[in-house]
Amino acid sequence: MTKNILSINNLQKHFGTHKAVDDISFNIEEGNIFGLLGPNGAGKTTLIRMITGIFNPDGGSIIFDGKKFDPINDVLKIGYMPEERGLYKKMKIGEHALYLAQLKGLSKADAMSKVVYWFKKLSMESWWNKKVEDLSKGMSQKLQFVTTVLHEPKLIILDEPFSGLDPLNANLIKDEIYGLAQRGSTIIFSTHRMEQVEEICDHIILVNLGKKILDGSVSEVKQQFKENKFSLQLHEHNAVVNSNAFTLQIQNDNKLTVTINEGYTSNDVLKYFIENNYTIESFNEILPSLNEIFIALVNNTKATTRAFESKA
Amino acid sequence: MNKISIIARREFLSRVQKKTFLLTTIGVPILIFGIYALIIFFAIQTSDNFTIAVEDKANIFEGKLIEKNDSEIKFVMVNNLPKDSLTKQIEKEKIDAFVIIPESFDIVSNKDSIQIISGKSVGLITREKIMHKLNNILEEKKMLGSLNLTKTQLDSLQQTNKIIFTSTTGKEDSGKKAGLSYGVGFVSGFLIYFILFIYGTMVMRGVMEEKTNRIAEVIVSSVKPFQLMLGKIIGIGSVGLVQFIIWIVIVLGLQLLLPLIFPDIVSQMQAQTMQPAIATGAANAQENAAIAGIVSGLSQINWFLIIGCFVFYFLGGYFLYASLFAAVGSTVNEDPQDAQSLMFPITMPIIFGMVIMMNAVNDPNSSIAIFGSIFPLTSPIVMMARVAHGVPDGVTVIQLIASMVCLVVGFLATTWLAAKIYRTGILMYGKKVTWKIIGKWLLRKN
Repeated sequence: MTKNILSINNLQKHFGTHKAVDDISFNIEEGNIFGLLGPNGAGKTTLIRMITGIFNPDGGSIIFDGKKFDPINDVLKIGYMPEERGLYKKMKIGEHALYLAQLKGLSKADAMSKVVYWFKKLSMESWWNKKVEDLSKGMSQKLQFVTTVLHEPKLIILDEPFSGLDPLNANLIKDEIYGLAQRGSTIIFSTHRMEQVEEICDHIILVNLGKKILDGSVSEVKQQFKENKFSLQLHEHNAVVNSNAFTLQIQNDNKLTVTINEGYTSNDVLKYFIENNYTIESFNEILPSLNEIFIALVNNTKATTRAFESKA
Repeated sequence: MNKISIIARREFLSRVQKKTFLLTTIGVPILIFGIYALIIFFAIQTSDNFTIAVEDKANIFEGKLIEKNDSEIKFVMVNNLPKDSLTKQIEKEKIDAFVIIPESFDIVSNKDSIQIISGKSVGLITREKIMHKLNNILEEKKMLGSLNLTKTQLDSLQQTNKIIFTSTTGKEDSGKKAGLSYGVGFVSGFLIYFILFIYGTMVMRGVMEEKTNRIAEVIVSSVKPFQLMLGKIIGIGSVGLVQFIIWIVIVLGLQLLLPLIFPDIVSQMQAQTMQPAIATGAANAQENAAIAGIVSGLSQINWFLIIGCFVFYFLGGYFLYASLFAAVGSTVNEDPQDAQSLMFPITMPIIFGMVIMMNAVNDPNSSIAIFGSIFPLTSPIVMMARVAHGVPDGVTVIQLIASMVCLVVGFLATTWLAAKIYRTGILMYGKKVTWKIIGKWLLRKN
């Protein structure tokens, strides 16, 4: 079993009466790419700020790399790229990268060699003497990414890292994220773009109203929320379908979408079509997208909390 | 500690390397000096060689006017020239003005007036000088002639009695020294007032920039908010210190250079200052006494104490207020206007200190001055006014120590309070911060 780089146990943070993070627990395995999802105002940023030592939790504990999280020293092993990120506009790009690297505890010489390495890697050398204010949004995004990862942190937290990047640069950064994970860094990835989560993340949690409402690997989650929906393509057009095993959802010429009824399996569906002499061209399970799961769950929790509040 | 120095270094370098820093640091004193030099230059240029023809039919001046001639105003006695020819002389620019005193002129009754006719309008300073010269002679003549005073009586009247102020410690408390102390106290108090405002708002703007740029969250994920705040304050404080040292060097340098650039001006300025003295012989003696007084006054002022105190109160006051300004900056959202209302409680004591300073510079031992010089929010400004009067005449040693201790304690207290506000404010967006909310932040533990 791989070891956990981060264990969050019953973490709590409230602002006045508002519970921003309400008793959240989860573990992140070393080398994982971990998706932290949730609607706006769910408490993701507060959660991240506690992990990065910006906020002190009101309750619960954070275990980082096997020890109790120590905000002063452990932040040096964390790289954090917040969603609301900025740079000093008047500074030169090279100097800016050096400055942030030094704040992460690197010596000047170390910082220099790391900055040069990353600038070369992402072909940014020619920018060195440019001012930050002259950069386009995408370019400053790249610079942000470099300054987040260049001290080779054990834990990298990226909040919406691809916003404002063109597909080319987004791929470049994506490849770097995979590379970092392979070299042993753990990545917490927070975004609203579910297709990116499906593509990149190994494990996700979904947070809403300060509570964790979903935890699992991407495939587990999808299995958990599957609705036994299948798509079917027949050779024959406009087949007449009537079976106890399944319910027809959509029929579009020779393409059908069906839901299997309780107590039946996919084989019963196939059996029906075979027995009725239809030629099956394709048969696939339709798994829900994370997007659908997200929307369903968030709407659901909203409804239940409302109901709960009205009862109380 | 190391991180604070990295932050302070960036804050310092990013400001010092800007072109505007060079411009203000070197440009401002040169500009001020240039303007002064121009004013002096023109003041002297325009007022020289003003010639007045005097037709003294009543013979009241008895030719004494010629004695009063100097480089600026020249009296020429004329005899029996008609008004027309004098007017013509003005047109030919041989003279600038003329006076005709009729034979019937009666100086005692004060009914007759002396009419000066000039071609162009006469400048205010020149006018003042002509009047002064004429009145001097008339006054003397009145006293000697109509009041029947003897010359010795007159001289004795014109001599002011010597009054010497002495402190209980036996030191002579000369007026020259009191005047100098007043000047030194006022200027240094005023400078500190300026420093608090200029560099305080600089800190505030820096914090606001960090917040609106959204770099604050990036930085505080590597360093504590307190370190960021302190680094900024130290960095900008060193900018101020460097700027001040450069200003002092430039001002001293220019002062030394001034006589080399404008040798005439300096000699003329010296001549000008001698004018008010009445009789030339006595004037020289008085002049020498005055210079001696200033010199002894200068040597009586404890410069070591004043410069030491200035640096202490400069730094103490700056640190005390800069953290408060930083706290205000951290609460501001996008709109800089929000800062105005929150700044008010900070600027009030500074202005209040300025008012007390004006009082303290006159009366360093009044109870309001003593209070103002110990209360840490006003002491940086007020204490300078008292220290200029010396220890223990202006301020007792115990009061000075109490003030310094209070300032250090006050600085620690405001920094502690400000850090609490700053830590929350710097990451708070989209919420208009009021004093009530700030109060909540202060009460929150940890």
